[in-house]
Amino acid sequence: MNSPPRHHASLTRTLLAGALALITSDATAGAWSGHAALQGRIYTQSPADPRQHDDVGSVSFQPEYYHSWNANRDSFLLVPFVRWDQHDDERSHADLRELTWTHAAPSWELRAGVRKVFWGVTESQHLVDIINQTDLVEDPDGEDKLGQPMVNLAWVRNWGTLDLFVLPYFRERTFPGSTGRLRPPLAVDTDQARYESAREQRHVDAAVRWSHYLSDWDIGLSHYSGTRRDPRLVPGFDDQGAPVLVPHYDLIQQTGLDVQMTRGAWLWKLEAIYRHGQGDGYYAATGGIEYTLFGIGDGSADVGLVAEYLYDERGAKATTPFQNDVMVGLRLALNDVQSSAALLGAIVDSDSGATFYSLEASRRLGHQWKVDLEARAFVDVPVSDPLYGLHRDDYLQVELGYYF
Amino acid sequence: MRIRMLLIALLALSWLPTSPAAQTAEERGLAIAAEADQRDSGFQDFIANMTMILRNRQGDESVRAIRSRTLEVHGDGDKSLVIFDEPTDVKGTAFLSYTHAIRPDDQWLYLPALKRVKRISSANKSGPFMGSEFAYEDISSQEVEKYTYKYLRDEKLERLDTFVVERYPVDKDSGYTRQVVWMDQAHYRAMKIEFYDRKNSLLKTLVNKGYQQYAGQYWRPDAMHMENHQTGKTTTLQWHDYQFRTGLTERDFDKNSLKRVR
Repeated sequence: MNSPPRHHASLTRTLLAGALALITSDATAGAWSGHAALQGRIYTQSPADPRQHDDVGSVSFQPEYYHSWNANRDSFLLVPFVRWDQHDDERSHADLRELTWTHAAPSWELRAGVRKVFWGVTESQHLVDIINQTDLVEDPDGEDKLGQPMVNLAWVRNWGTLDLFVLPYFRERTFPGSTGRLRPPLAVDTDQARYESAREQRHVDAAVRWSHYLSDWDIGLSHYSGTRRDPRLVPGFDDQGAPVLVPHYDLIQQTGLDVQMTRGAWLWKLEAIYRHGQGDGYYAATGGIEYTLFGIGDGSADVGLVAEYLYDERGAKATTPFQNDVMVGLRLALNDVQSSAALLGAIVDSDSGATFYSLEASRRLGHQWKVDLEARAFVDVPVSDPLYGLHRDDYLQVELGYYF
Repeated sequence: MRIRMLLIALLALSWLPTSPAAQTAEERGLAIAAEADQRDSGFQDFIANMTMILRNRQGDESVRAIRSRTLEVHGDGDKSLVIFDEPTDVKGTAFLSYTHAIRPDDQWLYLPALKRVKRISSANKSGPFMGSEFAYEDISSQEVEKYTYKYLRDEKLERLDTFVVERYPVDKDSGYTRQVVWMDQAHYRAMKIEFYDRKNSLLKTLVNKGYQQYAGQYWRPDAMHMENHQTGKTTTLQWHDYQFRTGLTERDFDKNSLKRVR
């Protein structure tokens, strides 16, 4: 379970100042929105571990409160999240996704509190994106993130935006528990997490990022210094003497570059990182294209073609399954009243032939409902691949969401 | 703006040696477009709320709620930010566009669930905006240079004296071969536009209703009704709460601002 993050005193003061301004200002009334969803997952193969299950039901709720004042120069955002899972106590969890006060001045912005920040341009994986911890129990694609406590000062000039981040508290990655699927063959015992820093979760991480846009080009250059988000998983034993994996969080330095060139119907994308601090330094990169055919069929649907190459200099020693892989994808948007859309993709390991298939599709029902379909398959995964633990976990997921 | 002023100056000069009667239909069409543009310039910025009502042939309705902010840019096309409130599953999604007279527009989409600002291709001119009968090119800033023109005739349209002008998109990605615009002679407001598809068949008709004047100069319609003759679908945009010169700046239209809006 994730305990709510504790804030530094300075952060608390900043938030209090924001809250006070909220109460005493000429504010207009805030507004609640959000969504609730019912989710069902069916696994097509029997589990590798008898403690796991063939199907699972789950419910999630994510309300959102937004309030702005001072002619929209100040805003407050609160987004709690909670999920209940039928079988897995680790997946039943709550998180504070956002608790943010933002102040926008003509040449700078201050954003303080718990936030989510995204960096990057590619589709198959997000190498450069490092501010937020992955909420891995939500979905194996790693797109869901835990709220990160921070103070972020953005300096906005005609040469671009320079973002400075101070990250005073570390969030541990969530992992499915022993009864959950989509995990390594051994369950991860998050209670035993170990840190390189003696300050453990209280190590203060920091990051800086410059981003800019010049006609066809969008570019970002970043550096992160602090605790790695993706732990090494080291074999160990739990308190009953059963074998488990223990997450180890090293201190790292990571420099990242993300570039996109947008020309006509073509998007050219590149993300590259250099990381050191966890053994030898290494490079990793993702690059590719997205090309869209607009107005096919009856004239309104779009078909997008995505192709990316995923590289990690460490090769077979890489802690990621994507060290020499090719991703191909097909994106379909019907542009109809229900916003029907689908994304079909495959990531193929050029060395082993192991393939990860993914289908995501969604369609609005009426005005406030939406149905999401997700199917994932892991085919021909060798024992040496970090994805091996998932080789029996092909699944089909249907989610019905109500949005208010 | 500077481009427009230059155009108007050139036009004025071109009139000098000859009488207006010797003007070609193309020159007259361009002069009308330039005059309409001139009358609508200097607004600085405006904001408005929009309700979009989509109807199919069976009469089923679907409603969208959108807020729009526009910033006038001197020497280039306008900047606009569109924020979606409904349908509720796309609430907080925002669309930022820097329009340009000749080169392609720069466009970004903000996806609130991922907190991701995504640069998108602006080549989808003819694609439907939010599943409606309005294409992206119908709602984007109408710069004079985006078309070539031909004056057709004067005509009465519901008791209004109008100019009827044909215009031809310069951009090869446009979904139209031509548009026919009925513009009232008193105020240079587009009252009706017919859109002809790539096969030069009548595709859609737009009728603008309930024009009101803001800031003592700028005319905006309360309702824009688009009918697709080929599918029988219609879309009505109802505009509310227009406000001009609200003091918006470039900072309200940068990539940082996308993450702040709700």
